[in-house]
Amino acid sequence: MAVTWQIATVVSIRRETATARTIVLRIPTWRGHIAGQHLDVRLTADDGYTAVRSYSIASSYDAATSDAHDVELTIEQIEDGEVSPYLVTHLSVGDSVEVRGPIGGWFVWRPQQTEPIQLIAGGSGIAPIMAMVRASTALVAEGAIAPLRLLYSVRSPATAIFAEELRGLDARNLVEVTMVYTRGGPEGWPRRIGRVDAADIVVACWPPDASPTCYVCGPTAFVESAAGLLVEAGHLPDLIRTERFGSV
Amino acid sequence: MGIFSPGFTGRPRKASEDLPPGQYLTKDFPVLSAGPTPRITNDQWEFTLTTETGEKRKWNWKALQALPIETINTDLHCVTRWSKLGTTWRGVSIDALLADVDTSAQFAMALCYGGYTTNLPLTELLDGKAWIAFEYDGSPLHAEHGGPARLLVPHLYLWKSAKWIAGLRLMDRDAPGFWENLGYHNHGDPWLEQRYSEA
Repeated sequence: MAVTWQIATVVSIRRETATARTIVLRIPTWRGHIAGQHLDVRLTADDGYTAVRSYSIASSYDAATSDAHDVELTIEQIEDGEVSPYLVTHLSVGDSVEVRGPIGGWFVWRPQQTEPIQLIAGGSGIAPIMAMVRASTALVAEGAIAPLRLLYSVRSPATAIFAEELRGLDARNLVEVTMVYTRGGPEGWPRRIGRVDAADIVVACWPPDASPTCYVCGPTAFVESAAGLLVEAGHLPDLIRTERFGSV
Repeated sequence: MGIFSPGFTGRPRKASEDLPPGQYLTKDFPVLSAGPTPRITNDQWEFTLTTETGEKRKWNWKALQALPIETINTDLHCVTRWSKLGTTWRGVSIDALLADVDTSAQFAMALCYGGYTTNLPLTELLDGKAWIAFEYDGSPLHAEHGGPARLLVPHLYLWKSAKWIAGLRLMDRDAPGFWENLGYHNHGDPWLEQRYSEA
């Protein structure tokens, strides 16, 4: 695990939703990462005070592409947050931040995994999940693995990050996406509006007898609920990996 | 120090001697676990101590409660950088559990419901430094936070305070636990910022 801090440069920024944006960082020495890993970001105030937060990397790594040193963080601004407001509203192209990583070896998907994969994301918990989706599409296109299944819960269409990209991948059968809207759906949305429930797990997810590895990421309450529903539906706890976002 | 972040001010801060380097204060109690929360009732709960020779001793809920119960006031430091100061717990010290146990082991592996493990030198668990805790802030410990009972080793990063504790295995030789196998530091002292493995 690389533990040294490096100075990364912001090479582009994309607005994702009203409160989230993707920051593309160019990192001088980057030996690649596994889908699901994090990057530590360190900010330093003019009095020397530093604040460090860990963010999931949303991009996949492909050694064959020329932009392999570019790492994308998709960050949702947390109200009262210390670091995320700076990253979402202040940081500009050309600015530098210190980074360290990649970090984490548990909530990761490796291309060698050939078992069915069930992804469940709540809100900005989509970031590491999206890295897994992106990392898998080439293998899915080759027919080497089945499309990953994704259950993605958001408040409303306007708050869904990566919605267009996911629609496009779903249309090409590179991932199977089921959206869940908790407050309001698109016009004419045929499904129930509300939190992920037991029926969603049965209808949208791989069945337990397919023995999928399940990745659940989102706010603590969402992950507690969704992981609990998976267990109740008959999925083995050993096959369920979780990542919880606290409110800090 | 590296580079400055123009325009970044950070939260209002007052120097706190209670805050280890690189940590920030929170009043919440965030939850970080690698998998689903196991649901264990007090009746199902059992704690097994296994010595280096394979000898086993078991305590059920009632037997645990019959041991001397201590109130612990302590600060918590998570490797993900939040710290929570002045928390109150109740539990039984590891000293009490090991009082009549004959061992020359120098290490212990904490074993948990749900399969989590973490390793510690035995010295870090003794002399009033670690407990099996079952009450937090005056209430039974919630399952999300490791209830019915968790290991509490507050002088180390919180991943060492294994949730849903099911036992300790005493070992002559050290061996890495779950996060220690995944790039986290073997020891985890927050005051030395022992976050990640150097390897």
